[in-house]
Amino acid sequence: MNQYLTAGLLIPVLPLAAFVIISAFAGRYKMASALTAITAMAGSFLLALYVLSSQLAPHPAAYELSLPWMHIGDVRMDIGILINPLTSIMLIVVTSISLLVLIYSVGYMKGDESFSRFFGFISLFSFSMLGIVISNNLIQLYIFWELVGLSSYLLIGFWYQKPEASAAAKKAFVVTRFGDLGFLAGILILGFNAGTFNFLEMEAWARTAVSVGAISAVLFTAAVICLFSGAAGKSGQFPFHVWLPDAMEGPTPVSALIHAATMVAAGVFMVARLFGIFSLSPEAMMVIAYIGCFTALLAALIALTQEDIKRVLAYSTLSQLGFMMLALGAGGYTAGMFHLFTHAFFKALLFLGAGSVIHAVHTNNIWNMGGLHKKMPVTSITFLVAALAISGIFPLAGFWSKDEILTVLLDSGNKPLYYTASFTAFLTAFYMFRLYLLTFAGKPRDERAYAHAHESPAVMTVPLIILAVLSVSAGWVAIPGMEKNIGTFLYFGEHPHGAPFNMGVAVKSSVIALSGIGLALIMYLFGVLKPDAVRKAAGPLYGLSKNKFYIDEIYLFVIKAVFLRLAEIIKWFDRHVVDGAVNLSAFITRWLGVKLRLSITGRVQDYALFIFCGVIVVIAAFAVYDPEALKMFGGRQ
Amino acid sequence: MITLMHYTVLSALLFSIGIFGVITRKNAITILMSLELIFNAVNINMVAFSKFVAPSAAQGELFALFIIAVAAAESVLALAIILAIYRRRRVVNADEMRLMRN
Repeated sequence: MNQYLTAGLLIPVLPLAAFVIISAFAGRYKMASALTAITAMAGSFLLALYVLSSQLAPHPAAYELSLPWMHIGDVRMDIGILINPLTSIMLIVVTSISLLVLIYSVGYMKGDESFSRFFGFISLFSFSMLGIVISNNLIQLYIFWELVGLSSYLLIGFWYQKPEASAAAKKAFVVTRFGDLGFLAGILILGFNAGTFNFLEMEAWARTAVSVGAISAVLFTAAVICLFSGAAGKSGQFPFHVWLPDAMEGPTPVSALIHAATMVAAGVFMVARLFGIFSLSPEAMMVIAYIGCFTALLAALIALTQEDIKRVLAYSTLSQLGFMMLALGAGGYTAGMFHLFTHAFFKALLFLGAGSVIHAVHTNNIWNMGGLHKKMPVTSITFLVAALAISGIFPLAGFWSKDEILTVLLDSGNKPLYYTASFTAFLTAFYMFRLYLLTFAGKPRDERAYAHAHESPAVMTVPLIILAVLSVSAGWVAIPGMEKNIGTFLYFGEHPHGAPFNMGVAVKSSVIALSGIGLALIMYLFGVLKPDAVRKAAGPLYGLSKNKFYIDEIYLFVIKAVFLRLAEIIKWFDRHVVDGAVNLSAFITRWLGVKLRLSITGRVQDYALFIFCGVIVVIAAFAVYDPEALKMFGGRQ
Repeated sequence: MITLMHYTVLSALLFSIGIFGVITRKNAITILMSLELIFNAVNINMVAFSKFVAPSAAQGELFALFIIAVAAAESVLALAIILAIYRRRRVVNADEMRLMRN
């Protein structure tokens, strides 16, 4: 085992150790817990840098460690580690953001009763997420996938005393369950047909599988779409997107880490990891692209009218995840992963900034904020940087990755997708600046909250500043003309996969982003166009967006109309038929018992009588079945 | 001429009287006496079969002797138990000794 694999193995193990130590020993000492978690994560981060260094060489080798775990018939299951450029970049994203979020949480969670529990759960989450990243086969990935679901459940319901929080945790768990069901089906179909669950071997198998008839094209496409349903569940793609906004009930650092930067990216990562398989089914790629595009647009439209600062960000996350899926579906492997990479930084920054604001004013409603720039300049400026980055302004991170996606879409020749994505980019710029302006600019709308507001302590602002620097610079890995950029780094297939820089797209997308920002300025800063007037003009459309297109209500209606009816029938069957059969057998036993009980009198003579009767029966049996035995008594010959 | 049949009939009669006694008598001592009748019915069978089926070996007689010895020991034990119960509970009637049922 070479040193990079050892490092790769240690990366998830360190947070796991932190979790165990915190649960077992450090739980009582708050600062000790935080320190344990942060130290472990810092160690993982350094190891992740080391692993990255192995992949930066001119012709990096993929390192794989694979140990046989079990055989089922001809199918082999392994446990192991796979280190390639995709792994290393994802390790950097997860460990760096986890580390910053942990440091930030020391300030944010200060005074919380369950301070230690928080750090323990975050460590558990990081362990699971890093486990997904380093897995070299689907079964192992699925195990960690479910562990991530569990830790997400624990963290969303962290304040379990709040009914909304525990309901949100349950909702997240159940909704993703639907996606995971498909995921498992897909894994099993592909795994048992391929005879292996190893990524590289499956990819090699898939390349020829359909053409040599190892699997029918229809089944293959179905399996791939099943796999995608798992990704859609985790990454909040339509129709599984309903859990993510509700998950905002968790503490804000959790939202930043899990529901913005890392966990929700697991779905995108999984599609990227299996891109060699996905890309073999054009139909499945089409499905992914359209679902991604639809989610991006739908979430952006909903984000326009939300009033809870975290919900706006949640819908923005859905929208950006849609962008990533769209890019992958359109064949843009590098573009999708690159957007995941940059998005992680500015979205974590947005959430942590929002957390800082909530920490200061104790409300989530943006209409009770305003004018906070004067009170919290660091938060305000870093938030502005993130908002510019997500809007795609040159030269910030979002500009590069969003352009890469748009270029891929343009190259794919699918005009509707390209225009929808561009329109969504416009909406993104608009709602982000609506959020920024309502929060930080203008006059305070709630004097009491404003008077109370204050800048957050350094332990919270320093992570914000670091993330702001990354939000500016993370995109520079794509600067064209560099010998080693993201395109040549994230190798896929025979050739580098990065779309070349397209000046026309860059100019157009910049104009789109600027016009979105401009519209927000006109409406919410200069007050030329009154928001109320726009609301009236939009009429029912406003209500549609405000109420999230009634999707939650539709789901609830379907559940009531279909599932509850079905449940009633099954309940009747269970109560009367299944329980009836059980009760009947119990009744018969009981009745027999009551009757037989009469024979046990406790009188010795009765027992003697029974024994005597028994002897007679035995003799009678002999007489009937074996008369020879009685002959020696001198009976008739 | 006395045949095996006569012995077995006698034995069967003794056995039946013994069983009848065990089942119908209440007094524990009487039951014990009836039990002795059953033993003796068995002993008669043993000796009779020994004489008529395999006269040379005298195995049946030997068994009968053993049974008499074991039955004596067993009677001692049973009487001791009855006495112990009588001391504690002042009863000798079997139907009042319902220790085996609550």
